[in-house]
Amino acid sequence: MAKLSLPEESYADQFGPHLNYQPEDGWDTREPDKLVDTHCCFCGVQCGVTLKVKENKVIGFEPREDFPVNKGKLCPKGVKRYLQNEHPDRLKSPLVADSITGFRKASWDEAYSKTADEIKRIQEKYGKDAFAFLGGASMTNEKAYLNGKFARVALQTANIDYNGRLCMVSAGAANKIAFGIDRAANPWSDIPKAKTIILAGTNLAECFPVLTQYIWQARDNGAKIIVIDPRITPIARTADLFLPVKPGRDSALANGILHQLIKNDWIDQDYLDNHTDGWDEVAATVEKFTPEYTEKITGVPAASVVKAGELWGPVDTSMLLHARGIEHHTKGVENVLSYMNLVLATGRIGKEGCGYGSITGQGNGQGGREHGQRCNQLPGGRDINNKEHREHIAKIWGVEEQSLPYEGLTACEIIDAIEEGKIKGLLSISFNPLVSIPDSDRTRKALEKLEFFGCIDFFMNETARYADVVLAGSLQEEDEGTVTTGEGRCVKLNQSVTPPGDAKTDWQIICDLAARLGKKDYFDYTNTGQIFEELARASAGGVNDYSGMTWERIEQEQGVFWPCPSPSHPGTPRLFEDKKFYHPNGRAKMKGFDYRPPAEDVCEEYPIMYTTGRVVSQYLSGTQTRRIGSLVDQYPEPLCEMHPMLAEQLGIKDGDTVKVSSRRGSIILPAQVVQTIRPDTVFIPYHWADKKAANQLTNRKLDPISKIPEFKICACKVEKLEDAPTKFIPLAGQIAGKPPSAPVKFYPKPPERFANS
Amino acid sequence: MVSSFFQENEFFLDQSRCIGCQACVQACGECDTHRGHAMIHLEYIDRPTGVQTAPVVCMHCEDPTCAKVCPADAIKQDDDGIVHSAAKPRCVSCSNCVIACPFGVPKMNQGYELMMKCDMCYDRTSVGKKPMCATVCPSDALFFGKREEIERIRQEKPVNEFQFGMQTVKTKVNMMTAPEADNVPVDISDFMAGSTFQLPQSRSGAPDAALSAVFELPEIVRLAKDQPVEELHV
Repeated sequence: MAKLSLPEESYADQFGPHLNYQPEDGWDTREPDKLVDTHCCFCGVQCGVTLKVKENKVIGFEPREDFPVNKGKLCPKGVKRYLQNEHPDRLKSPLVADSITGFRKASWDEAYSKTADEIKRIQEKYGKDAFAFLGGASMTNEKAYLNGKFARVALQTANIDYNGRLCMVSAGAANKIAFGIDRAANPWSDIPKAKTIILAGTNLAECFPVLTQYIWQARDNGAKIIVIDPRITPIARTADLFLPVKPGRDSALANGILHQLIKNDWIDQDYLDNHTDGWDEVAATVEKFTPEYTEKITGVPAASVVKAGELWGPVDTSMLLHARGIEHHTKGVENVLSYMNLVLATGRIGKEGCGYGSITGQGNGQGGREHGQRCNQLPGGRDINNKEHREHIAKIWGVEEQSLPYEGLTACEIIDAIEEGKIKGLLSISFNPLVSIPDSDRTRKALEKLEFFGCIDFFMNETARYADVVLAGSLQEEDEGTVTTGEGRCVKLNQSVTPPGDAKTDWQIICDLAARLGKKDYFDYTNTGQIFEELARASAGGVNDYSGMTWERIEQEQGVFWPCPSPSHPGTPRLFEDKKFYHPNGRAKMKGFDYRPPAEDVCEEYPIMYTTGRVVSQYLSGTQTRRIGSLVDQYPEPLCEMHPMLAEQLGIKDGDTVKVSSRRGSIILPAQVVQTIRPDTVFIPYHWADKKAANQLTNRKLDPISKIPEFKICACKVEKLEDAPTKFIPLAGQIAGKPPSAPVKFYPKPPERFANS
Repeated sequence: MVSSFFQENEFFLDQSRCIGCQACVQACGECDTHRGHAMIHLEYIDRPTGVQTAPVVCMHCEDPTCAKVCPADAIKQDDDGIVHSAAKPRCVSCSNCVIACPFGVPKMNQGYELMMKCDMCYDRTSVGKKPMCATVCPSDALFFGKREEIERIRQEKPVNEFQFGMQTVKTKVNMMTAPEADNVPVDISDFMAGSTFQLPQSRSGAPDAALSAVFELPEIVRLAKDQPVEELHV
């Protein structure tokens, strides 16, 4: 579609985000018809939660204390998640773009016909790969599997990818390189057994709140906690050692710590000799990383680097937990591998209380990346360029191996290709790239170039405003299926309610579209359970083997850890217990990396480091959580965190309106002057859209291996906005209450055609 | 007569474990009788200098000061020792209780002209369920359970005696504190201008090592102030 036909405020007025504060029927009539045991829809902990259901509406929640991971514990998002159901913004029928009102309601037949016709037209005119598909990692394993199959069999495009590309891929690629398997090596229950824990680039207490209890259980048992972050986050406050690393210098810090381990002979040479490859090269790489040299690069005091070595080196058990802080970089894979070297060098892996884990940001961050919705992957974690793998999957799907596309473009590259005019059509589901991909100005330009854009979602996210067709899909509680948590545990989601109005479940929409494209026979499912059975069968023999799992078993056992290759297999909570890694020679691969600077570093014009992240009350691009009133109240709008030293230099006081600019864009917002951030860095959380989007400034340079963009460091300048009219700049559409049922309001004036008629 | 549920289970509060997520506040409003109103609150101690937060639940004093100062006799304590919100027919919304409470718990709901406060989720606890806040708290800053259990898993010691100047207050809710302490002394003069009293910087079990002073280290100040660009070219 071309440019938006109405101002953004008009879309916000019609479709939100509006704020929902209480259940549809108020607080007085809350006796539920039934209680459904399921899981929270946010983050990779997948806390167990019980939803209260009355008359096909979710009206509240009850803590679910039987699920062993969270035992009833929840974060504020989990508590209020039920308010997304029966939300006034919920899309309840398909919509088709309309130049006067923005969108008009349409029948499913019209919406499907338009979508299928445009897919066929674009693919006939420009080739199969000119139509791309973008999926999401908040969706179930079944949907992730279906997305991959739909793109390869129905669309026959190579260009399918997912928003995990913005999240987990650096960890995934590093795991694959080091161990030949992409999973956390340990169940969370190993955390309290560790004597030293490194939290590298993870704001754990805000992004994985429930895991805080595991960390502090370890501390109660006498563990030492090392936190590596440019900010004092709530978990950093309680650290035994805090390493305030400069953004973009993580691999150098890991090298510095490894240097200390070698110097003091805290390495397990026996383990390295027998179970790893590449150690000598790693040792040579870190030789120059003396504490002083490390300090110069990382901004972490030399004495603290020495201390980190002392805490990590001589203990018997240890866990490394890392997240986007070290992964969102043009050297994200290098950063993760450098930290993995600390784990392998000490041989503390594959044992109780020894190993590593990655804090998965998205609800199905783990499972969403295993079943084939990535551009280079087929189900079971298979390689789409490997002939044997292709033949296995082609057989399961009943298609010719030659008909399967090869590796396509990754998510950010797809947006680039749209901008360059190489991709003309796009179907996206559960993905809000306008908010979540760096350099939003360019994302917007790309969306304006699409000849056709179809969007499947339950709310009108900011990207969907650019769609030609919006298909009303399903919320997590409106469907059933499985997700795989950050520890590799596959859990079952149960359906609480059916989709409201004319909305359909996501898998039905995909299958209907496949039928319209003449591929009905390949997508002839009557329920989600059949998709899981096929997924499990397709995964058999792959690394990510689910073939021993059934839904019944998953529920009975409160989740099953993959690999689980047969019904009698107990699942694999802890990997590598036999000291065998998943490479052909059974050895782990170690790689050392010299430090290289981030893609964009500070300079005279842009002298301050810019970094982004999350707050506890919001989730990702905010499509869901910016619609829940009490979560919005908790942190209503983005603030620019800066140290008083920097603020003083710039003449800024707490609460002043500031303009933060990079080479790509700028944002105007209030300053929050706090002593909990490095004085050379500013931080802005990224959950907001339009003019409040932190990603207007970030840099879309990609890691060469994982193709993750560099969210965590770019250069910016900060100015005080002297003539700011008000300290509070209202956010388009964040109006409490329900959307107007009256005709559409226009801002600032109606389009001319409409005014004249 | 205290019910067996309250004989076996107690509330333990460890504010040093709080991560400020507000799950307790959000969940409090979800308790069926609270109907969207959170009866507890959570505050930053001093956000400009740190991220420490403190959840405030009612301590349920054995001899509640709020009830003693109430001129309308609106605040009642039940057999389980739970001190309830003011009774609507009696409360004259004078705010005596708000001012008198040594822990700063009661709040006046101006719209309802009624003092409302934490009742330890009495609709839940009276039927053998844990209070909402302590069930969801992801960091166990709020813990509801058996005394033996908390003594087994924690290094800190539960204390339920507070010394406010001359007044000794015994509470139903326990505060986790240093193993060597028998009570928590709180003297207002310690916090007034001219006082030389200083809170301990850290204590065993819950170290507070990551003070923001780390950013005042000469190495970091030098990098931030003098040579933001040059030092990158190593």
